[in-house]
Amino acid sequence: MNKFWTIVGHTYLSRVKSKSFIITTAITLAIIIGFANISSIIDMFSGDEESDQVLVIDESGIYGDYLQGEGISEGAGIAFENFEGTEEEAKDAVSAEEYDGLLVIAADENNLPEGDYYANRISETGEQVEIEQILQQLKVVVGTQEAGIDQQTLDMIYAPVSLQTEQLDDSARTAEEMNQSRGLVYVMLFVLYMTVLLYGQMIATDVATEKSSRVMELLISSAPPMMHMFGKIVGIALLGLTQMIILLGGGYFAIQANQDSAAGEFFEVMGIMDNDPVIYIYAIVFFLLGYFLYATLAAMLGSLVSRIEDVNQLIMPMTMLIVIAFVIAMTGLGMPESTLITVTSYIPFFTPMIMFLRIGMLNIPFWEIGLSIGIMIVTIALFAALAARVYKGGVLMYGKSGSLKDFKRAINLSKKE
Amino acid sequence: MLKLSNVTKRFGNHTAVNNLSLEIPEREMFGFLGGNGAGKTTTFRMILGLLDKTSGDITWDGGPISYNESHLIGYLPEERGLYPKLTVKEQIIYLGRLRGMKKQEVLKKLDEWLERFKVPEYLDKKVQELSKGNQQKIQFISAVIHEPKLLILDEPFSGLDPVNVEMLKNAVKDLKNQGTSIVFSSHQMEHVEEMCQHICILQKGTPVVHGSLREIKHSFGKKNLDIRGDFSTEFLKNYQGVASYKELPDGCALQIEDEQIAQDIFSELQGKGFVRKFEIEEPSLNDIFIEKVGASYE
Repeated sequence: MNKFWTIVGHTYLSRVKSKSFIITTAITLAIIIGFANISSIIDMFSGDEESDQVLVIDESGIYGDYLQGEGISEGAGIAFENFEGTEEEAKDAVSAEEYDGLLVIAADENNLPEGDYYANRISETGEQVEIEQILQQLKVVVGTQEAGIDQQTLDMIYAPVSLQTEQLDDSARTAEEMNQSRGLVYVMLFVLYMTVLLYGQMIATDVATEKSSRVMELLISSAPPMMHMFGKIVGIALLGLTQMIILLGGGYFAIQANQDSAAGEFFEVMGIMDNDPVIYIYAIVFFLLGYFLYATLAAMLGSLVSRIEDVNQLIMPMTMLIVIAFVIAMTGLGMPESTLITVTSYIPFFTPMIMFLRIGMLNIPFWEIGLSIGIMIVTIALFAALAARVYKGGVLMYGKSGSLKDFKRAINLSKKE
Repeated sequence: MLKLSNVTKRFGNHTAVNNLSLEIPEREMFGFLGGNGAGKTTTFRMILGLLDKTSGDITWDGGPISYNESHLIGYLPEERGLYPKLTVKEQIIYLGRLRGMKKQEVLKKLDEWLERFKVPEYLDKKVQELSKGNQQKIQFISAVIHEPKLLILDEPFSGLDPVNVEMLKNAVKDLKNQGTSIVFSSHQMEHVEEMCQHICILQKGTPVVHGSLREIKHSFGKKNLDIRGDFSTEFLKNYQGVASYKELPDGCALQIEDEQIAQDIFSELQGKGFVRKFEIEEPSLNDIFIEKVGASYE
């Protein structure tokens, strides 16, 4: 057992101390902190912006006062100023950038307002959108007053309609509950996806490196290949854990520091605050199962390669599997009850993502969860046994490689004859 | 004592090692020879447990060898391999700990060995910065740092300059005198001749010569005869009992069936001219190897 921890420690330490690990972690952390502070950063750059100054020429003589008054242009960030002069003079003032724009209002044949807006630059999302809204409101106010409807009646008409929803099937999750767990499912899907891609690749590369530098023969003459393989898998797992803790911890503190702005909202949207604690346990269980299945696969594939350049080619099938699982899971977020999702949740390579999605989004009976966990454990055991065979032969195999035919060669090499 | 009895290894239809039996006692250096692909490395891998044998037994002091005995075994593989990016210290600590040593013990031993090989400044150098010969020394240290009882050296001196060969040879001899059983494989016959008491030559997985070096030479029968003189030795080319003839600038080198032939030739030379040299030599291991291994190539 001592040797096992020596291997784990070596795998972990040599990676943690490496420049590439420190740099990637630092960059990712910087990006996370940047995201958490994105609103302050945007504020910092746009903080000095004042409300737009818009000149108004009111040809009808009635609307100008409405614009000045409260209620209509309130909160729009546009200050209107009546202009006493010709349109040409006003346009010159705008061209000289003394004002941001010029609004000319006139009454149409129905005695309702219509306008022309002049500015130096008209952009899609600029102030003309707001001005259009203000004119629309103005039109409603003027129109209703013309028609003799008072403000109270108007408010009643515009009040939102009420629609109460109630589910008759008790086993289904309420929309609220679904929203809560959707955030967690999202996080889990992303974390598992990234983990398998990143750390799976790392394991395969590590094995291939030891093989190509030929130090492998020494290693497996000191400790059994199986111990070596699992030492590596656990070592990389600890490395991943370290990175996660740094990133999640950094992200958490960054959000905490911004509590007033984004934090509360963020947690609410993700629904991470008030989930059933059981779902966190499932998250950990399925994450570990997923990691070990894919890590075993990665170690096995890595052992077949003699040159580091061939690693990517050989772990391609594994990458495809996790991508497919991810795509199915993403589709499943919208329709967790479809047959596709139910069936794929029992296929071992997809289970960690898709069964967890079902647990999060639906109320499924415990035996289904138990069954899928059972299938996962059996599959991992089978793969570990197979991987140990392939690994034992694979690490002694040199020469041209990069195809799955090498599986057979590796297994033959580890056989008695 | 390492004992192999009737060990056979088959890969599918191909027999890599066929019915090999060996005994290597303590304080003994055993020469394990064979052409390329003769099955030497396969045999080593079976001893180390990296490959499963098809049949037969391999025992160390009467018991089977498993990973529990790995601290007793040292291995210098033919294909050299260390972590290129780790320092000498880091690698040896890792490899030493995998052989069951404590970190402090490794450091102490490592200092001694680096001192002995006159390269103490390499302790904190990365392996990829060292020359090939110096990497070889580090590789050797990694094989012996834990004072193994059984040491397997696969081509230990290839790629080294004569000074370093001498240095490593002395280290190997010291280990032998301290009681280590050593299995030694090399293509350089003069090293084997100098260091080994017993040898085995493998030919396509089958042992063709096996025993004490002196007896093998003796029973080989053929002798080398070196003749230098001021006359033509052409007539010896087709002489009865001459196995091979090699022309030299001032004479010839012969291989003869037995010593009697030498006497015949000696009397034949009377009156031909001045004989500068007439010498019978024991056959070299090189001759034996070429004869035994080369014969079956034909």
